[in-house]
Formats: sequence, C-alpha cells, structure tokens
Amino acid sequence: MANNLDTSSVTFVACQECDLLHRHATLPPKGVARCVRCGAFLYRQAPSDSNERALALALTACILFVIANIYPIFGLEVQGTHTSTTLFGAVESLWDDNSRAVATLVFFTTIFVPAAELIGLTWVLVVLRSGSQGWGAVPILHFIERVKPWGMVEVFLLGVLVSLVKLAHIAIIEPGMALFTFGALMVFIAASAASFDADAAWVQLEAVN
Amino acid sequence: MNPAPITARIGLLACEVCRLVSRAPSTGDVAHCPRCGAALHTRKPASLVRTWAFLIAAMILYVPANVLPIMDTSSLFGTQNDTILSGIAFLWTSGSYVLAMVVFFASVLVPLLKMIALAILAGSVQMGSVRYRRTRTRLYRLIEFAGRWSMLDIYVVTILVALVQVSTLASIHAGPGAAAFGAVVVLTMFSATSFDPRLIWDTQEEAS
Ligand SMILES: [Zn+2]
Ligand SMILES: [Zn+2]
Repeated sequence: MANNLDTSSVTFVACQECDLLHRHATLPPKGVARCVRCGAFLYRQAPSDSNERALALALTACILFVIANIYPIFGLEVQGTHTSTTLFGAVESLWDDNSRAVATLVFFTTIFVPAAELIGLTWVLVVLRSGSQGWGAVPILHFIERVKPWGMVEVFLLGVLVSLVKLAHIAIIEPGMALFTFGALMVFIAASAASFDADAAWVQLEAVN
Repeated sequence: MNPAPITARIGLLACEVCRLVSRAPSTGDVAHCPRCGAALHTRKPASLVRTWAFLIAAMILYVPANVLPIMDTSSLFGTQNDTILSGIAFLWTSGSYVLAMVVFFASVLVPLLKMIALAILAGSVQMGSVRYRRTRTRLYRLIEFAGRWSMLDIYVVTILVALVQVSTLASIHAGPGAAAFGAVVVLTMFSATSFDPRLIWDTQEEAS
C-alpha cells in the first residue's frame, strides 16, 4: 500500500499516448476529457447506468453470436447443385484444404476472440452487478484488453459481401440467416464495448477486493 | 512554459491496463500495478527493436503476399491463379467499381501505408525528431485502427473455398499467397502494438 498514490485527495491520469500527467476533474454528463498535448482520449463521464446497458447489449450479442454461427451465411446454387456454409464450416474446409495457418487465423479473429470477448465481458458485468468478490474479473479484463484488436467481425462481414458479389456472376445466391445476424452482431458488439465503463469497473473491483 | 510532467521523471508509473497511476518502487524489482497486478513499465520494453523486427519481417512477406496466388481456381476451362491484384482487376472489369476500390484500399494500400507509417514513426523516434509530434501521434492512432481491415481478402478466400470447393463446376483452393498475406497482417499488427507512442514525446524533454 505504500506504493499507492494518495488517491483520496487528487487522482492523476497519465495520457497513454504521450505520458502527460493530468489531474482528474469532474466532467459534465457525457463529457470526454482529452489530452491537452496530443489530443488522445483520457476518460469520460459515463452515465451511471452504462454498465447495466453494456450487460444487456452483451447478452443480446451472445445470443446473436450463437445464431450467427449455427445458421448458414449464404447458400449457392450452381446448375442445380446447392451448397451452403456456416462460418465454422468455412474454417473446416480451409483446414481440410491444408491451409491450416489461414484456417487458424480466421478461426481466431472471427470466432475465438469475439466469443471470448463477449463471454468475458458478460461475466465481468454480471460480477460487478452482483457486487461480489469478483472471481476472475481482473484476469478476464486483462485478457480482453489484450485480444481486443484481434476481433474482426466487421471486417469479416465486408469480406462476405465481397464474396457475394464475386459469386453473383457464376451462381444464384440465397442469403442465409447468419448473414443478417452477423450484421446485427457487429452492431451489438460495438455498442456493448462502447457502453462499458472500464474506469468505474476498476474502481468497483478495487473496492470489493 | 514549464516542461510537461512525465510520469517517469517524478517517480510515477501508469498502468497500461487499468490506467491507475502509482508510485514506482524504489528498489530495482519489476513493479506491479497495486490495483490490477499488471506489470508496470516506464515504456514498453524494447519497443523500437520489436517494432522494427516485426516491420521488417512484414515488409519481406509483403512481396510473396502480392506475387503468389492467393487463390487457385480449377474448372472445366482450365486452371486460374488469382493474386490479390488480379482479383481486384477482376472486380473492376466486371463492373464492381466500388468493391474493387474497397479491396484495393484494404488489401494493397492499407498494409503498404501502414508499413511506411510505422517506419516513419520508428525512424523519427530513433533520430530524436521533435517535429510534428502531434501529427505523428495521430498517425499512430490511425494505423492502429486501420490495420485490421487488411484481413478482408483472407475472409473472401475462406468463403469462396468453402462454397465452391464442393461444386461440380469448379474447385477453389487457398494459394500460398494467402498464408503470406495473413502473416503480413499479423506482423504489422504486432509491430504497431510494440511501438510505444510515448517515445514520440520523450524527445521534447531532452531538447528543452
Ligand atoms: Zn497525450
Ligand atoms: Zn493496473
């Protein structure tokens, strides 16, 4: 505890991009503090119910994630032959096609990371809501922070659209359930991440432990 | 104007995960964040060396990524090897101008500009440049955000392989260019996360 800065009187915020030290000031509702030197985001005044909202959005995204992965993305009809694929099915074909490195990369960025991020965030938000000891919340937040840049659902969705156009020349396309679900999933993942008030979460976790 | 306070100068360390600012330990031990337990560093360890290493590897692989076929198509009409550029040309000639531009931006321009930008950032820090610091910080923010869009063509190949492989008309396989391309995206992302933007501003204090 001797290493702890006296946070009761003055709280400091260091800019993550230029290291300039700022005093933490109270902001108006929905206010955002930016670094005076480099303009980087410092902190914001999130609405008090933002983590409640983040939980609702994350739970919805979890359901959408399951649907998006169960149903085919789209189907294809070429001269009477019908084929369709799910995301995982596509990863499997790549793997069987001996493109294992690429298959792993696709699995990691479109299935594993989004799933881990969603489940992890949901769990942390449930823990925070219950106000309990917070089992696993700290390592999970570390993990989310680290893998976040690797979740690429929105890039994947654009990739699906490009493939649709490429295939439209040679086959009849039937959009699948998962195509629309992926669109919604992208929106809900972004919205829950944007609502999540990490600063409030850390303060609460520190108080509990 | 007073020189801006730098956390390290006044014995403070900022946590990169939970952002708590705490006092650095006086002993030589590795410091850990009192709130979340993450290891604390004044600056990202070996930032420039790691940035350069990942960047150079990415630059080398950028050549096979663009030269080798990303996709092999075999049909009744013969075999066709598509590189990233020929895929863009196909989209363009078939009238999908918008998508051709999107793929060109995501697959060719973004990785290229990202590598150039990282080289500028790492190089200017190494030379102790004090110019355009705010612009360089903004550039760093931009490349962190934009790099992921280069994965686009990998996803296109994935879907085409899965859907067309089983059809009777043609079969599509991922080419060696796909692995090289994926590696370029991964390596540039590692390079960007290794770079510590705070190094851009450290030069100011030395100059004043
Ligand atoms: Zn700053
Ligand atoms: Zn911390």
